[in-house]
Amino acid sequence: MPVQSTADGTKIWRRRTSRAEWLHFLGWASLVLIVAVAWRVMTQDTIWAFVSDAPRQAGDIASRMLPPRWSYLGALWKPLWDTLNMATLGTLLAIVMAVPIALLPARHTPPGGAPLRPPALLVIVPPRPLNAVILALVLVASLGPGGLARGFSGAPPPVGFLPKHPPEPIEGRRPEPVEAIRATGASPPQVLAWGVWPQITPAFAGICVFRWDINIREATVLGLVGAGGIGLNLESSMNVLAWPQVTLILIVILVTVVISEWISARIRHAII
Amino acid sequence: MSTVARHWAPPPLIANWRLRYAIYGALALYLAFALTTIDVNWARISEGLVRSGRLLAGFLQPDFASRWGDIVTGLLESITMTITSTAVGILISIPFGLGAARNIAPLPIYAFCRAFIAVSRSMQEVIIAILLVVLFGFGPFAGFLTLTFATIGFLAKLLAEDIEDIDPAPLEAIRATGAGWWQVLAYAVLPQVAPRLIGLSMYRVDINFRESAVVGIVGAGGIGATLNTAMDRYEFDSAAAILLVIIGIVLACEYASGFIRAKVQ
Amino acid sequence: MLVIETLTKRYATGDLAIDKVSLSIPSGQVVGLIGPSGAGKSSLIRCVNRLVEPSEGRVRLGNTDLTALSRSGLSQARRRMGMIFQEYALVDRLTVMENVLSGRLGYVGFWRSFLRRFPQADIDRAFAVLDRVGLTEHVDKRADALSGGQRQRVGIARAVVQEPDLLLVDEPTASLDPKTSRQIMRLIVEVCAERQLAAIVNIHDVALAQMFVQRIVGLRRGKVVFDGAPDRLTPAVLTEIYGEEDWAATIRKADEADGADADVPASELALAL
Repeated sequence: MPVQSTADGTKIWRRRTSRAEWLHFLGWASLVLIVAVAWRVMTQDTIWAFVSDAPRQAGDIASRMLPPRWSYLGALWKPLWDTLNMATLGTLLAIVMAVPIALLPARHTPPGGAPLRPPALLVIVPPRPLNAVILALVLVASLGPGGLARGFSGAPPPVGFLPKHPPEPIEGRRPEPVEAIRATGASPPQVLAWGVWPQITPAFAGICVFRWDINIREATVLGLVGAGGIGLNLESSMNVLAWPQVTLILIVILVTVVISEWISARIRHAII
Repeated sequence: MSTVARHWAPPPLIANWRLRYAIYGALALYLAFALTTIDVNWARISEGLVRSGRLLAGFLQPDFASRWGDIVTGLLESITMTITSTAVGILISIPFGLGAARNIAPLPIYAFCRAFIAVSRSMQEVIIAILLVVLFGFGPFAGFLTLTFATIGFLAKLLAEDIEDIDPAPLEAIRATGAGWWQVLAYAVLPQVAPRLIGLSMYRVDINFRESAVVGIVGAGGIGATLNTAMDRYEFDSAAAILLVIIGIVLACEYASGFIRAKVQ
Repeated sequence: MLVIETLTKRYATGDLAIDKVSLSIPSGQVVGLIGPSGAGKSSLIRCVNRLVEPSEGRVRLGNTDLTALSRSGLSQARRRMGMIFQEYALVDRLTVMENVLSGRLGYVGFWRSFLRRFPQADIDRAFAVLDRVGLTEHVDKRADALSGGQRQRVGIARAVVQEPDLLLVDEPTASLDPKTSRQIMRLIVEVCAERQLAAIVNIHDVALAQMFVQRIVGLRRGKVVFDGAPDRLTPAVLTEIYGEEDWAATIRKADEADGADADVPASELALAL
């Protein structure tokens, strides 16, 4: 916050120096420029007639989507069950795979140690940038639609995701109880089980539940790429333009997501 | 002191024994049923393994050349979608975030903003993309709208929570000077939430790019469409090339965003 | 029981924390270790059970050379040394009983301890110790639900349930109020007398040390500058250890009555060190 003197000697205060002011302005200007350019490039093929037509379209679709075809509900229970299983089993698989991986990369953990860190990171890093849907696409294309692809699609993103978080609670843990447990003569695995694990359990469990909730959401759409679950019904209904069915499916998905989010919030609240 | 052996067992996780058995029982039952639904069709698996072998081989020799034009188009769409939707999303999330913060917003506005955010977060982006494609036609514009909508839900909620968590003392102090609502915002709220807002925005750029790769599968533009086509045609080497590009850009985004967040905080 | 021979510790930063310290402590003797911050008190205690590795010198517990032990030998040896910490160092989310039982980890295998299926003999020991420190009603409470004094008693119980030969006590009262501090010190000294334990108690409150321990060792810049009975701590000695101060107000005179008020200014003065 610079104080400066003007030509006739009086002191003035400005928020930034002139130079900083210029840089600040240039920064903003370039951001705006980038966005504007991106906009032009993106919309060069956009048919604006469609866009202005959208409200009318929306009204048209809405009239065809309502009322929802409630009778279709009976056909949805099995796919919903499949979706739930995809998400839950996928999360469980991911948790089982993630715990040992998560304990390794932490700097402080004595067993394992430095040599095991790079391979552990290698397993963590690649799946993460890819979305569940993309992974499902790849898996379905290679393994074929069906149970195994379904189960796996749920797993890799969580596997990639979970290990990123536990090392943070582990690194953030307090060292004093760990030192105390070492001082009693406990073996290194005991030190982990009694000194480290109880400290990270709430955070870890919270993340697991949070991830399960996200997986339910993802699982509802995986069917669109053929991996099973209620998304398959969505895909087929849209293909035959059965809009009242689509509406029902969307309502079912919305209710499912709201319930799973409620469960996840309650469990996380109870754990802390 | 008594010489009778006193027993001890660790206290159970759920105190009420009826509740405990009910929950454990339900979970066990569920697992039993769920595991039976995994139908493993070995014939398909073995076929599948052959195909995945070809996919993996594709990774070892990714083909960037033959579909290069399509890759560039798809990538350009994804990148421009990411940039525009994040920018517009940030702009719109700010008023929504302010409106959803209990400590600065009046009740009706608070209720409305919270409801909007809840709807935005409940629906999966792909579903929103489908609807918007139906309304607005194929192409990146629908994708832009999808990502903007998702960005608003994400950023507004976190911004609102951040605002609700701010230290109330400066807020009170600035109000006490007689400052107007906007001034209170600028002097008491903004300085406290700005670093985290910038950090979250950078994080959202990363997420939006990943999402932009997905919405293309349903026709909303971006590199997802290119990937889908390649997979449909079993051109695994091109598909591998696309996947590698996606992974590369996401990692670069993460690195850059981590760097910027560290500098801001 | 405990023999320290020319122990030296030099940290990677170059600091010489302990400078050729030699000390010998028989069973049943409680030694108070005093000195300014940075004098090497914490380092000395941690070098005994090798939570910090000594640079040179030897430490012998009974017939065992602690400094020459391998990892597994060290784990076994640590069972014979109970450690009590300044900030209690309890596992907050575990119950009082579990924290006390963690003192027996060196005696129990991994899976038995993980599943909390300790031998009944250990559970009996734990109950006995909890009775002794007065925490029987709190057995299944989470450790972070207790007050500071109660937590330190759990820390003491954990150390004692190991059935050690030696207690290593690192500033047990630094986080406690004056009255609780005296209760804790009294408990430690009584338990050592009952079980004939040797103990080194790192303490910054000189008056408190004089009240309870049998022998005082003064450390300054890693060297022993005083070793003797508490009543030989004159102002001159304290000046040598800590530096210039109004020591007459700090020291407890031998014939002074056990009045609570007389101690308060002294404790606060000592805390300022």
